[in-house]
Amino acid sequence: MPWGEFKDTAAERRLFQRRTVVMLLLVFVLLGLLIARMYQLQVVEHDVYTTLSDKNRVQVQSVAPPRGLVYDRNDVLLAENRPVFSVTLVPERVGDMEQTLAKLQGMLSISDEDMERFNRRLLEPRRPFQELPLRYDLNEQEIARLAVHRHELPGVEVSAELVRYYPHSELTAHALGYVGRINRQELQRIDPVNYAGTNYIGKSGVERFYEELLHGRVGYQHVETNARGRTLRVLERENPVPGEDIRLHMDLRLQRLAHELLDGRRGAIIAIEPSTGGLLALASVPGFDANQFVTGIGVEAYRELSTSVDKPLFNRALRGQYPPGSTLKPMLAIAALDSDAVTRDKTIWDPGYYQLNSGGRRWRDWKRGGHGWVDLKEAVAESCDIYFYDAAVTMGVDTMHKYLSAFGFGEDATLDVAGALSGLLPSRDWKRAVHNEPWYPGDSVNLGIGQGFMLATPLQLATATSVIANRGNWAEPRLLKDIKGAESIDKVLPTGTHQSIELDNPDDWEFVVDTMAEVMHGSKGTARGAARGAPYRMAGKTGTAQVFSLAEDEEYEEEEIRERLRDHALFVGFAPVDDPQIAVAVIVENGGSGSGTAAPVARAIFDAWLLGFPEEGEAVVVGGAGEASN
Amino acid sequence: MSAGSLFDQPIRHPLSGSRGIWSFLHIDPVLLVLLLALISGGLVVLYSGADANIAVVKAQGIRMGVALIVMFVFAQLDPAVFRRWSPWLYIAGVAGLAAVLLVGVGAKGAQRWLDIPGLPRFQPSELMKLVVPMMTAWYLSRHYLPPRARHVGVALLIVLLPMAMIILQPDLGTSLLVGSAGIFVVFFAGISWRLIGAFFAMVSVAAPLMWFFVLREYQKQRVLTLLDPQSDPLGAGWNIIQSKTAIGSGGMDGKGWLQGTQSHLEFLPESHTDFIVAVLAEEFGFVGMLILLVLYLLIILRCLYIAATAQDSFSRLLAGALTMTFFIYVFVNVGMVSGLLPVVGVPLPLVSYGGTSGVTLMAAFGVLMSVHTHRRMISA
Repeated sequence: MPWGEFKDTAAERRLFQRRTVVMLLLVFVLLGLLIARMYQLQVVEHDVYTTLSDKNRVQVQSVAPPRGLVYDRNDVLLAENRPVFSVTLVPERVGDMEQTLAKLQGMLSISDEDMERFNRRLLEPRRPFQELPLRYDLNEQEIARLAVHRHELPGVEVSAELVRYYPHSELTAHALGYVGRINRQELQRIDPVNYAGTNYIGKSGVERFYEELLHGRVGYQHVETNARGRTLRVLERENPVPGEDIRLHMDLRLQRLAHELLDGRRGAIIAIEPSTGGLLALASVPGFDANQFVTGIGVEAYRELSTSVDKPLFNRALRGQYPPGSTLKPMLAIAALDSDAVTRDKTIWDPGYYQLNSGGRRWRDWKRGGHGWVDLKEAVAESCDIYFYDAAVTMGVDTMHKYLSAFGFGEDATLDVAGALSGLLPSRDWKRAVHNEPWYPGDSVNLGIGQGFMLATPLQLATATSVIANRGNWAEPRLLKDIKGAESIDKVLPTGTHQSIELDNPDDWEFVVDTMAEVMHGSKGTARGAARGAPYRMAGKTGTAQVFSLAEDEEYEEEEIRERLRDHALFVGFAPVDDPQIAVAVIVENGGSGSGTAAPVARAIFDAWLLGFPEEGEAVVVGGAGEASN
Repeated sequence: MSAGSLFDQPIRHPLSGSRGIWSFLHIDPVLLVLLLALISGGLVVLYSGADANIAVVKAQGIRMGVALIVMFVFAQLDPAVFRRWSPWLYIAGVAGLAAVLLVGVGAKGAQRWLDIPGLPRFQPSELMKLVVPMMTAWYLSRHYLPPRARHVGVALLIVLLPMAMIILQPDLGTSLLVGSAGIFVVFFAGISWRLIGAFFAMVSVAAPLMWFFVLREYQKQRVLTLLDPQSDPLGAGWNIIQSKTAIGSGGMDGKGWLQGTQSHLEFLPESHTDFIVAVLAEEFGFVGMLILLVLYLLIILRCLYIAATAQDSFSRLLAGALTMTFFIYVFVNVGMVSGLLPVVGVPLPLVSYGGTSGVTLMAAFGVLMSVHTHRRMISA
């Protein structure tokens, strides 16, 4: 019985119940649709979405390997890696580049040059999401300021990098070389996987030759990032293989001494350990600060270096090609003896000049009036040019070429010295090809005293001297002494290919060595001044290379001619005579006299190596000036 | 055996027996248990969706507590009360909507709120979700059912007026919910299938008209994005792509509570509001989704039962419409999150954080409980 106001008929109730059933069906159908959709997403397409989910959050980052360190033979650190903080931008993540750069300008001091370099790098091709450095070497306040404003600067990060640092940069720049940022060409030839995360590559010297050894192998880590690209945690990591630490033959003390001896002048000193071929010193003065080049040298600074008249960027030791002058005489002496052009006792008359034909051109001796009667020993000791003019003409260019090339002239005989030049060892074929002329006898005359077409680098002179010191045995010059880890040096150091020089009479070696000893200790030796008072015996040869040639009848007045036109001073030698420990080649550009300028430098080097280095602060004692010029 | 045996069946006092306490409180225990299960589960998922922010969970808990109180209050009122007050509430509601259009405040370019000094800010359109079905049910239950065409016309007008006013705010989503609540009343009232067919025909004509003339750019964009989210993966398509990724990567068992990477690594926006289903799906998997949907299904089944066993037309119509509206919420939100429907700002009922929709829903459940527990004839 219905009460009150309710209207309730059975028909209405049944109608409602029918409609309810319809709705119920609708509910089931739609819910079924939802469930089917969920099933599709979560079961059928689960893998697709798992991949997407992982792609969102997992990023693979490369971990750059730390570069191997470089030590000298006494484990003094020559190249290390220092942490440097720099501000970098990832252009893909920076919204408004201009605005961001303007903000950064306000917070840090960014030079116009830095800004220009950055803008240039923006335009160059690069890996996507690669960080571009804006400014290096932030100090603590700058880092703090960046941290505080971090949220306003998307895409801007402070990154810590290990940057190569050379503690003794000026001394080692030419020997070690330096690393610099990878440029476009290098980007194309390196393995992008192994160099992911690395910004630097060796550009010259040891850093370049042993790049693979020093670089190591890249590592990886899987990191979890959020939607803003910020790294939250490391999921997995494969550690990088650090580069190998290496030890060079170089002795930093010797290198420093070499620079001090040439201080204020231009020149090069090479010192080789004859038994091993190890380069004990490789000095080219003036040097430069390689640290500037690592992070990218400024335009101004570079211009200063590259246009300097002293050419500090030029590696004289490896690439300076000079006429060897009289320093060639010992090698020619070996050649002359072995080819029977001369004998040990043969004497000639030196009136002060030489002529191929009577009435022809006169080639002069450095000593006016000549040396009189000289034999081979005297010719070497007093550096008689006439003797050697004659010997050269007798041998002929082909023979000279054969012997001189056996001493390593005309080629890069080193094992691991990047950038060493080959000099110029002339020959008939060479002259025909280059000058389109036949070889004249006069050319042989010039060659006999190391002038004319011949050019050699200080390294080549030192190498040849080292061969004499070894009495004909070859130990190719090399920088690398050992690898500090377990790796064997044989894997990276090429093997030498030079045969020892076999003479018909092996005693000729000792003879020529004696002549060289006479140069230093004989009463008329050109370098006797430099050898005075030494407790050991040394052997050597002075030389003077003409920068410009005098006409037949002109005088050579040193004072009058401007310094940079003066002759170069050269010296080669080794000590002690028996069981040599060190062989050197010294060149002092525009030094004038080999005996006066170059020989004392060599003496100081011998003293330091054989007798002990001067203590810190002590003056370097350079031996007395020579009595006569070359 | 006597002639009056049919009427000899004892009529129990409504307050006697084991069901007495619930009847006394006017609470339906089954529905209450289901609702509490849903709310507490929702809080657990919310904790994850809000990135382990306990303050958010506490706020939601308080809000739900208030909503439960509202439900309780509404449950106490006899449906007759609702019926009597429907017209007045309707008039007040329409006035409120007009006021919103004139002096309303809002955010994001939409005026939806009224800021009357002395009262907390409220959304009249939210109230219309209850008032419109009430008014429609009141009107239709005054006449015999099924309603005749002219009654249907008036009912539609009752529905369309507030709908239009809400669309103007603009708030398309709410207007559709208000409209559907009213439409369900009309459907349950027994409108003839022919009329329903005509209605659908009208809608299909209206839809393209709406597309070109009514829908705003961003609303059109949402539909387009639905069809091809990859066309703008970093902009409009982002939500859908990330949401599907979250759901799909959950797999069967999910990644585990608080282990969802899409939400916690900030890939999924609105992870504690509209897209909270994606969080649930990512962390609890297909199994978790099923449990959620089954829970909603049980609630709906219970509510439809309540509607079917209601004892007068008004109560039946209102209860049925409120139930189906609740279902629409669920369907639209889950459909949107899984990429079946365009993105509209419909929260997941009783789980999503914030808004006044929780209170309105619980008020509706209060009405449902009221319908159920105020029945006067209970057979043994």
